[in-house]
Formats: sequence, structure tokens, C-alpha cells
Amino acid sequence: MRAADLDAVIAIDTRVTGIEKRAYWQGVYKRYGASRSEGRQFLVADAGGVVAGFVIGEVRDWEFGSPPCGWVFAIDVDPDARQAGVGTRLLAAICAGFRAAGVTKVRTMLSRDNRLILSFFRSQGMMAAPFIPLEMDA
Amino acid sequence: MKLQKNTRLALYSVLEFAADPARHIAASSIAERYDVSPHHLAKVLSELARAGVVESVRGVGGGYRFAANARRLTLLDVIQLFEDFDGRDERREGGDDTPVGRALATVLEEVDEMARATFATITLATMLRIVERHRK
Repeated sequence: MRAADLDAVIAIDTRVTGIEKRAYWQGVYKRYGASRSEGRQFLVADAGGVVAGFVIGEVRDWEFGSPPCGWVFAIDVDPDARQAGVGTRLLAAICAGFRAAGVTKVRTMLSRDNRLILSFFRSQGMMAAPFIPLEMDA
Repeated sequence: MKLQKNTRLALYSVLEFAADPARHIAASSIAERYDVSPHHLAKVLSELARAGVVESVRGVGGGYRFAANARRLTLLDVIQLFEDFDGRDERREGGDDTPVGRALATVLEEVDEMARATFATITLATMLRIVERHRK
């Protein structure tokens, strides 16, 4: 991930979600893209000089009582570049980074209504984790 | 979580067909493998054929073969051909309108939501990979 790739990442996210979140993405880049430490990763898929997708994650230690594991916070592929294995390669790349950082378990969390991305993670071998997300009105 | 007998039979059958989409498989072969009545299985296969999930092949070596897209068809798609899994159960039972009954309904709906999200996001292609893992 280079600073020059950020506009393409923002464009993919805007196209997929319908909301441009430039300030948010600049913050994400500062924390994950510019940082090469602490197991943080912000990777982009380069398809002939064009950013076709991205994935972001980091290793977190003892969060939710769990031994260190890799968390995937975001993954997306340009709708025009889907069904070509881009997401699979992005996930494989970030998993390789997690292994290099010494962890062997990868987790993610997303809305149960997000059937497209849930199906993708399922197709990659992910199963339900031994955690239950909860919420309440504060 | 328990699926009805027909639903389980349908899932067994569909996964057998999807594992080798070009091959015709005789209903008797599936009945034998899963130890079910051929007559019962015939009804299930007929429903799957009506829905376009499988197609019957006539003649010598006939049977059924897969006719859907394993990367698109989900477990929920198959389940819903045989049981109503997507809607609320509208049957009224004694106690439903009490505070305890309503609280219980809220918890049961939470469980159902999770089950639906699980079945709706596991395609047959993904399920076949899980099956492979269980062969090892």
C-alpha cells in the first residue's frame, strides 16, 4: 500500500458503500498503511498498475481473552474485478503476513446481513468463531 | 438445531450430485448410501427436479444429475424448498402473549437469525470443501 493508492481505495469503498469517507480512510492509512510495525497490514491488489482491491488487518494480543491472532477489519474488491480470485489472493497475502508475525488464527466480524462478504469468507474456509458479539443501547 | 428428514435427504442428495456434476447418479445409489427408503427419496428428488436443482436423466445409466450453480446455490436455498425457514412461525401457542412468552420468542428469534445467516452464506461449493475436510 502506497500513499498514491489511497484515492483508488477510497473510490472502491465509495462505489461499494455509496458513502465517501475520505477523512476516515486517511486515518486508516496513517494507522495501517504508513505503519509497518505491530503486525499491521494494509495491502492492495495491483492489477497492471490499477488497484483492484484491498485488505486491512492487524495482530491483536489477548483481545477478548484470546491468544494473539490476526484480525481482518476490511476487505473489498472493485465490482468490475470480482469473480477473478482477487479477494482470495488478498486474504492469502494477509494470512501470510499474519503467519510471518507468528500467529496462526485469523478472525473477522461483519454484519450477518452482509451475505456477499460472509459467503466469501465461508468459501475461504472460515467457520463460526467461539465468540458471540453482543450489543445494547448505552 | 434439527432439520426435517426430507430437508436432510435433499441436502445429502444435492451434495452428492454437486460433487460430480457431470455424472448421473441413480436414486437407488443415494438411498443405499444414506440408508433411506427409495420411495421417500424419490419424492425429495422430484421436488429438487421441479425446482431445477437437479435434472432427471432417462435411459440406461439414468438417474439424476446436478443442474444448478454450486457457487451460487446456498444451503438455505435448498432448505427452503422443504421447510419454511425464513418466516416467523405464525402458529399461536398458549402463553405466547405473556411477558415470558414474548421474551422467549425474542430469544428464539435471535437463534433463528443466526441459523439463517449461517445457512444463507454457505454455498454448495463451500459445503463440499467442508465435506472434504471431514474425509481426512
